Amino acid sequence: MAGLDRRTVLKGVGGVAALGASAGMLTLFDTPDREQDPTTCVADDVSDTDKRLVYSNWPEYIDEDDGDYVSTKTQFERDTGIKVAYTADVNDNNEFFAKVSNQLGSCSSSKRDLFSLTDWMAARMIQVGWIQKLDAANVPNLHANIIDSLKAPEWDPKREYSAPWQSGLTGIAYNKSKVGEIKSFKELLTRKDLKGRISLLTEMRDTMGFLLMVNGGDPEKFSDDEWQNAIDLLKKARSDGQVRSFTGNEYVQDLASGNVVACEAWSGDIANAGDDNLVWIPPEEGIMIWADNMIVPNLATHQGNAEKWIDYYYQPEVAAKLADYNSYICPVKGAQEAMEKVNPDNVENELIFPTEKTLSETHRFMALDESTMRTYEGDFADVTSS
Amino acid sequence: MATLDDVAAPKAKRKLTGYWLILPGALWLAVFFVIPFYSLISTSLFDPKGSVLTGYDMTWHFSNYVDAIDQYKGQIWRSLWYAGVATALCLVIGYVLAYAIAFKAGRWKNLMLVLVIAPFFTSFLLRTLSWKLILADDGFVVDALQTVHLLGDDGRLLATPFAVIAGLTYNFLPFMVLPLYASLEKIDIRLIEASSDLYASPLRGFLKVTLPLSMPGVVAGTLLTFIPAAGDYVNAQLLGSPNTRMVGNTIQSLFTTQGDYAAAGALSVTLMIIIVGAVLMYVRTAGTEDLV
Repeated sequence: MAGLDRRTVLKGVGGVAALGASAGMLTLFDTPDREQDPTTCVADDVSDTDKRLVYSNWPEYIDEDDGDYVSTKTQFERDTGIKVAYTADVNDNNEFFAKVSNQLGSCSSSKRDLFSLTDWMAARMIQVGWIQKLDAANVPNLHANIIDSLKAPEWDPKREYSAPWQSGLTGIAYNKSKVGEIKSFKELLTRKDLKGRISLLTEMRDTMGFLLMVNGGDPEKFSDDEWQNAIDLLKKARSDGQVRSFTGNEYVQDLASGNVVACEAWSGDIANAGDDNLVWIPPEEGIMIWADNMIVPNLATHQGNAEKWIDYYYQPEVAAKLADYNSYICPVKGAQEAMEKVNPDNVENELIFPTEKTLSETHRFMALDESTMRTYEGDFADVTSS
Repeated sequence: MATLDDVAAPKAKRKLTGYWLILPGALWLAVFFVIPFYSLISTSLFDPKGSVLTGYDMTWHFSNYVDAIDQYKGQIWRSLWYAGVATALCLVIGYVLAYAIAFKAGRWKNLMLVLVIAPFFTSFLLRTLSWKLILADDGFVVDALQTVHLLGDDGRLLATPFAVIAGLTYNFLPFMVLPLYASLEKIDIRLIEASSDLYASPLRGFLKVTLPLSMPGVVAGTLLTFIPAAGDYVNAQLLGSPNTRMVGNTIQSLFTTQGDYAAAGALSVTLMIIIVGAVLMYVRTAGTEDLV
């Protein structure tokens, strides 16, 4: 073994050992299965002794105290003595999912008792066992008053886990002082005077629903080819510089500041904005409909208080007051009658109480299995955020 | 024998002192660099068929790299390009500024230095958001530029590469100014005087004396600017459009919204390798002897 001194051999052995140890270390970082069992991943409910409730919701979604006006939340606090920590920190379903997935996926507390997520995300969380069942005896108003169209979604047919906060429509909003009338989603994607001044939503089901419809497809039933064509259309709008940004709920600010003159928008936000120049319209291609659902995560320590909250908002008078403020579709039967007293102007407001005819023209997005969903979400995110 | 021990013990102790002193730093590196580094490498080799919900397993899936580079090479190039331009701009602006502070500021020197650092008292995010207001389509900057016809009537600044590069330049300028200042300040003024005594023109004196002596600052400044700028995603997110996304945005989106850890990991490691490679080459050429 000439030419191989002790030092070289030792170095070689040391190097191989270090490499081996490194390779071994690499296997330590696998991520675990995130599925949980909601019947075992439970915390003691301290609702009776600790009168608090931590609720995460979407921005501009609840009425606020204003002079003599007492908001529904303040009224709830007065009636029950429960202090509500209400945070508007849900800006985007995927973003919120990323925020809580490490905790909920490993059965540790998300530090929240209740949050609102859109149908598909609520369904996904229920499916992986992150969500607690509501005690039906504690939410009688929910089961008595929920409107028929929201009563039995296929992912929670008996509303055992979830209660819609509000439902809403997705359409187009534009600033009529800056741009001529817009009628269709196609115009939004192609009109020259809108170039670089429109925004679309990062909510895949809303945006892609419209793109499928622009191509003549049906968001409730489409093929992979149709999907691909719709994605190509979106890619083109992006590379042409037509789309200025893809946003969550923060599109409201860009629309108000004039950076964006037209955008894909949720019905209530525009009515809320209190700017007469901003109009919301249902595009010619059709309207997307969705609901945001209140759900109680595993290890929530104030489930009882959360149920009181849900039951409170399913009283027609309270629901009417809330809907009068945020102009979203009210999920509560009897609220239309109660609206007479709250604000007679809104009794016939189609955005709050859509007629059967309007509802028949709305579209939901096809239910997707987990692997298709990942593919579609990936395709979409590659265009919108990377 | 006893005497030998007496002498040996303090010597051994002295030897150990060095290791004890390294300990805090080494621990820091182990916890905040070595372990995350292994975790990242491991992530980049995950089986892409996994998901956040079902879990990911490390399966030595090297093709993640090929896929990630193939799919996101545009964003990688764009990041290097934007960061390069921003660094060059920072160097020009920063050098002038540092030179002025070091040689011409007189009694204003301390005040000027404080002003360079002052922006750090406000959050990075807030400062970038205020640029969004300043450069807004209806803002005064765009209005003024339109009035003098530097911008067309439907021209704009926000949501263009200009805004992103401007944001990067603005945000990383102090990282350029401070090391430049430190090395300019150290220069013995008599050397510059000597150059003019020897009939060098001011320009020649600068090129032959000041610039070479300030090279450590130039190298340190460009590194401190380029490296974070290439990985930055806040500026592109807030000031850019979907067509100005940088690789940082892609990685963020892959990790958080898409939950595609494998691609995100592979892309992060790729970016790291590219930057380390570029830095090594740069430092080899520019020299590290005097690098502070």
